[in-house]
Order: sequence, then C-alpha cells, then structure tokens
Amino acid sequence: MDAIKVEETPEVAEIEDELLVEEISIDGMCGVY
Amino acid sequence: MTVALAGAYEIAGQVAIRPEPFGALAYHYGNRRLVFLRRPELVALLRNLGAHDSLAGALEATGIDPSRWPSFVKALASLEESEIVRVRQA
Amino acid sequence: MSAKPETLIDELKRGLDAPICLTWELTYACNLACVHCLSSSGRRDPHELSTDQAKAVIDELLALQVFYVNIGGGEPMIRRDFFELVEYATTNGIGVKFSTNGTYIGPEEAARLTALDYLDIQISLDGVDAATNDRVRGEGSYLIAIRAMDNLRAAGFGPFKISVVVTRDNVDQLDAFKALADSYGAQLRITRLRPSGRGADSWHELHPTAEQQRQIYRWLLAHGEDVLTGDSFFHLNGLGEPLPGLGMCGAGRVVCLIDPLGDVYACPFVIHDEFKAGSVLDGGGFTEVWRESALFRSLREPGSAGACVSCGSYDACQGGCMAAKFFTGLPLDGPDPECVTGHGDAALSGLVGAAPRPMADHSKPSTVVFLARKPAPAR
Repeated sequence: MDAIKVEETPEVAEIEDELLVEEISIDGMCGVY
Repeated sequence: MTVALAGAYEIAGQVAIRPEPFGALAYHYGNRRLVFLRRPELVALLRNLGAHDSLAGALEATGIDPSRWPSFVKALASLEESEIVRVRQA
Repeated sequence: MSAKPETLIDELKRGLDAPICLTWELTYACNLACVHCLSSSGRRDPHELSTDQAKAVIDELLALQVFYVNIGGGEPMIRRDFFELVEYATTNGIGVKFSTNGTYIGPEEAARLTALDYLDIQISLDGVDAATNDRVRGEGSYLIAIRAMDNLRAAGFGPFKISVVVTRDNVDQLDAFKALADSYGAQLRITRLRPSGRGADSWHELHPTAEQQRQIYRWLLAHGEDVLTGDSFFHLNGLGEPLPGLGMCGAGRVVCLIDPLGDVYACPFVIHDEFKAGSVLDGGGFTEVWRESALFRSLREPGSAGACVSCGSYDACQGGCMAAKFFTGLPLDGPDPECVTGHGDAALSGLVGAAPRPMADHSKPSTVVFLARKPAPAR
C-alpha cells in the first residue's frame, strides 16, 4: 500500500462489496445429530 | 422487496442476537434461520432501528459513513428476506 | 494497511464463546439395539444426570445463549422426565430437536408434542422397506417408525424430519426416501455412517463404496436445497462443487456433545476418552469446559494438513472426519478412510494393529446381529 493516504482508494470499492451478513444453516454444521 | 432508506424497520420479535467477537449471531426462533452479523456496527445499527423513524436516521445515529450505506442497505435487504428484520409495525 | 478480512469459516474454526448448537444425549437406555448405534446404547447408566442436574445444564445453555439443542440418546423418550425437560427448554428459550425411533409417539404423545412450540422431531429410519431398515435397526423397527409418523401427521404436528444413515444397502433408495418424506410433508435428512459406537463392528461392510459415495454426492448436488445432511458429507467436497453447509468439522468449535452422564465430548461420534473435554459436573460447569478445556483449545488451533499437505483436495475436504479416522485406526493428520482420491484406502491397507475400541459400551446382549452380506437382490 502507498505510504501517502489518498481519499479515493481501492478500499472504497472493497467497502461497497463488504460482506456484512452471512447466513448459515442451523442444520448445516457437522458434529450434530 | 427492496429496503428503503426512508423506511422504518425493527428487529423481528422472535429473533435473538448473541454478541460474538466479530459482531453477532442472529437467530430467528420461528423460521430457524441463522445469520452472522459480521461487523459490530451492523449490530449497533440493528439495535438503533427501533428508535429512529427511518433507516437513514438509524444509519446516521450509528455513525456509519455514507459511503458504506449501500452495503448496509444490502445487508438489511438480506436480513428482511430472512425475516430477521421487518418493516416496523405501526 | 488492512489485512484481508477473515472469512466466517476462519472465525468459526477458532471457536466461539458458546456453541451454536449442540447434541445432548439424555440417556444410554434404548428399547432398540441398532447394529450401528453411535453411542452403543441399550442399558441405562446408573450415573445418568438427574432431572435437577439436567435442568441446571439447560440453565447454563440459556445463559450462554445457545439457541438450539439436539436431544438424542439412546432413546430420549424413555426418560420419565423427557417431557418435563423438553418443556423446560422450549418455554425458556432454547429450541429443541429430538431424535427418536418413534416407539413412544402414540396418539396422545403426538398431541402433546404438537402443542409445544420451538420443537422439531427427527424420526430415525434406515430403509424404505422393512427388510432394508430392520436389517440394521431390528425386527419391527420400520413399522414402529411409520406408525410414529402416522401419529404425528394425524395430530397435525406439521413438518418433522426423517433421518437416514446412508449405508451400502440403502444408497439406491435415496429417491424413495425423498418421496416418503414428501408424502408426509416431512423433511428428509441423510447423514454419514461413522464407525462410531457399535458402528465400528460393521462399518467395513456397511459403509458406502467409493462409487456409491459419488452417487451420494451427485444426488445431493441435485437435491441439496431440499435435503438436510448435517454437513456430514463435507469429506466428499473434493469431488467438485462443494455441498451446502459449512464444509468443516464443527467438533469443539461450534458444536459438541453432552452425554447422559454429563460428560462433554467433541461430538457424538467420538465418545472416547481421547475426545473427552470434561464434565458439566466439574466446578465450572459446561461453560468452563466449553471455553477452557485443553481438548477444545487444541481443536481450535489451526490444524495442519499433515499427510494431506500436497493433495489438491485438502482445501475442500479438510482431511475429512476425525471420528471416521480415529475408529478405523487411521492417524488424525492423514486422509479420511473414505477419502475421494483413494488415499484413505491406501492408508487402511497399510494399517497394523487394531483400531481403538469405543468406550463405555451400554449395549444390551440382544443387540441386532449383523447378518453376513445377503446376495444382491434381482432388480
């Protein structure tokens, strides 16, 4: 990463794609009946 | 069904939210859906929903930078689909 | 500079402060004597948790905010306090699914169960006909299960689950199982046979062949959204597109077992001292065992691929199932006995000496005797 902080960095695009929720199945965990 | 910034939302009644180091676990006892909330600020937003008349208001109150609002709207839409969050009943 | 965000799976592998859900075997007593019973059940253990001790466990689970508990055994409905414990859990905020052979679900019990909220029922069935089923579960067990399902339907219980352990003998019945579940408005669950408990003795004859495992995998890809698996087939993920589920072993990380004596194990398929983390009766209760036990801490350390390090499938299969390896005598840092690349077969044929035996056998003398392989039926 550049030492100079730039306002519009590639991180903006990353943030727009940030994965804030992830659903998993309560029945989809191994080690349970 | 899209989530609107002007809309008023709330956490659904049968939902429990359990804090985790990275955010929280949300579980709906009725439909048994289980969702990981990956950021603490999303958890804070959800807890603020009930106190604000609009999603935009709740986002602001939670201190979430507007550049991130699109991600949060998307997250809310996903949470609405799993019934974790719903349009606030009058 | 920010590091690449961890995936959810990475975080789950490090373990949570409380399980997401867990299995709780209420009793080792059982009226059946299935060949492959993972808990070698049959006779009640004199040191079973009392009703008060069981309620204390429920209180701890509530404090930990465990949302959901899978109750089993043995046959959980044999316990005289079965309804009392289930109602205590569901009325206080823990969802319950219990696994049963159905013997004790008469019309009255079906009605009582229907009246409870936050309750799921899972009926065990290992064949779509009495011949296939009863061969592993004992004579009459098929009819017992069907009658229980009929009673639940008549009582208006709503969707329940039918849980099938997939064996060499029932792999070709998957479509028929699905149809059976559909006919009851029930959800089908198929689960992997592990060489655990009494399963150790018949695993080599009962477990699906390599070709049958591909068959299972393809079938799940086609029906994955309707059929549950408990993520028990993640060892097949090396075959291609990953199956739905976390794709990892949850033992000691997001799930565990509490046995009828209050002993805590990594999962129900490793009831053995090697995988015992502690007891709910220890000073710090279940909470301390979950958070601080040496076993669970070590399971939450990043694992090494060990002998699988150069295999391209390792990322997908994670080296498979600890229980499958342990009870076939394979090392834990190597391939699963059903490894899809065949490395497990190679490892098994190189084995010297006996595999570890299941501990604490509660089997009754009248256990179903596994008959020698019957001739292939005419199709």
